[in-house]
Amino acid sequence: MAITSNHPLYNARRRRNAIAKGLALLATLFGLGWLVLILGVLLWEGFGGLSLQVFTEMTPPPGSDGGLLNAIAGSIVLTVLAVVIGTPIGILAGTYLAEYGRHSKLSSVVRFINDILLSAPSIVVGLFIYEIMVAQMGHFSGWAGAVALAVIVIPVVVRTTEDMLRLVPDTMREAAASIGLPRAHMVVRIAYRAARAGMVTGVLLAVARISGETAPLLFTALNNQFWSLNLNAPMPSLPVVIFQFALSPYEEWQKLAWTGALLITVTVLALSIIARSLTAARKSQ
Amino acid sequence: MNAQTSNVQQQNGAAQVAVPVATHAKVDTKGLPEKITIRNLEFFYGDSRALKGISLSLYANKTTAFIGPSGCGKSTLLRILNRMYDLYPGQRATGDVLFDGDNLLRAGQDINLLRARIGMVFQKPTPFPMSIYENIAFGIRLYERLPRAEVDSRVESALRRAALWDEVKDKLNANGQSLSGGQQQRLCIARTVAVKPEVILFDEPCSALDPISTAKIEELIDELKQDYTIVIVTHNMQQAARVSDFTAFMYLGELIEFGATETLFTTPRDSRTQAYITGRFG
Repeated sequence: MAITSNHPLYNARRRRNAIAKGLALLATLFGLGWLVLILGVLLWEGFGGLSLQVFTEMTPPPGSDGGLLNAIAGSIVLTVLAVVIGTPIGILAGTYLAEYGRHSKLSSVVRFINDILLSAPSIVVGLFIYEIMVAQMGHFSGWAGAVALAVIVIPVVVRTTEDMLRLVPDTMREAAASIGLPRAHMVVRIAYRAARAGMVTGVLLAVARISGETAPLLFTALNNQFWSLNLNAPMPSLPVVIFQFALSPYEEWQKLAWTGALLITVTVLALSIIARSLTAARKSQ
Repeated sequence: MNAQTSNVQQQNGAAQVAVPVATHAKVDTKGLPEKITIRNLEFFYGDSRALKGISLSLYANKTTAFIGPSGCGKSTLLRILNRMYDLYPGQRATGDVLFDGDNLLRAGQDINLLRARIGMVFQKPTPFPMSIYENIAFGIRLYERLPRAEVDSRVESALRRAALWDEVKDKLNANGQSLSGGQQQRLCIARTVAVKPEVILFDEPCSALDPISTAKIEELIDELKQDYTIVIVTHNMQQAARVSDFTAFMYLGELIEFGATETLFTTPRDSRTQAYITGRFG
């Protein structure tokens, strides 16, 4: 018998398919709805406060106008420093895992610990750095904040470096070896080159991750009402300023908190887009 | 081979020693210089023995083909000759592989230098992620410090050697990975040739290529043997018959028969060789 469109089993399957599809769509809308709502409110509230003043004036005392210049500058300094400290360590560790220690026991231990670090609550990282740096030095400092952020950068970079190097086929390594290339040269000149886009993406994702972190900075860099680039003194940063200003009863502060949140979101969004387009360019190659 | 010392003793004057091979088809190899002499070679992947007592000579400026069904150990044998297996832990070889009289399996062998002298072309084309020019120049600069103009001319001659020059001379800065499969494989041959090796190993170099590209590569192999000793692993018996002077038939990790290609394909001595070349198994 030929199967027609009103076959009972076929129809039942079609109904089940329609239900499953509908549920999946609803779940997607529910999830995306919150995101749209958050971004919408952020844009609405943040754009209102956006002006040149935000980028030229310091965070104000309660009850007067001001900007976010010192917080923006502090955030940039802390982030750059964290990336400078964390990236080499992360790339070297990731290289060990993917290229040298692939068959060793040590690698699986390191990989496991790195995965734990990757998902460790950032407030724990903040407390840890507080204990080993702030408590020892006797004061909060930009250095402590940068190191705390670096601790968050490292596992991200380790992971992406290893993953990207593993995507480089072994035949490429053999080809490099076959012309007499020593292993270290193979890693630096062939494997890194083949995995470059992915590794840069990893660093960008790490930057995106730390640029919104508040908890590790609360006990380390603390905050500063004034312009300060002294790494041995407390240093302001956007997330901490947002945290402090948003909880305050002063309307000017709350407004600046919204603007700061918008700035961070736009930055992270831009980084994610750059990271994605880099990965896409790599795939289409 | 149980005693390491006897290996060392045998190394001296090894080129003159007559080499026992499995079944010698009648061929006059007297007077042919041996480039590589393999004696009692065994190979292990962990505990499993993949090659059993292989003894075989590879003659200078000749092409030798390794044939046999999948898993017979022909690629394994090839990858011993440039010690590619060293990249992987748990793989080891015993016995002697004399390369111009020097046992290349010995501890302390400079493996990078060895690989510069014994080049390899792989099954899948593996251009490096850089420009066509750099793919070739890269290998040259590893061992020689030359002025730019000299490198340029070496790159050109390597590409000419690989019959690729006319197709790429106007786009030397294009990425090597943007070429077609057959062109990529010829680029890899050019890259290998540019390092000036003495021996070139081909590991099923055409199995990923179309018939036209295959014909080009085969033609190339035939030309290359004037300057190099060539070893080729192939699944394709017609290819072995077309390009090689000598053929080794392997089966289950053993060398069953070795001889002049013409003899081996027309009057094989072993019934298993006969069965394989007539397509009854494999």
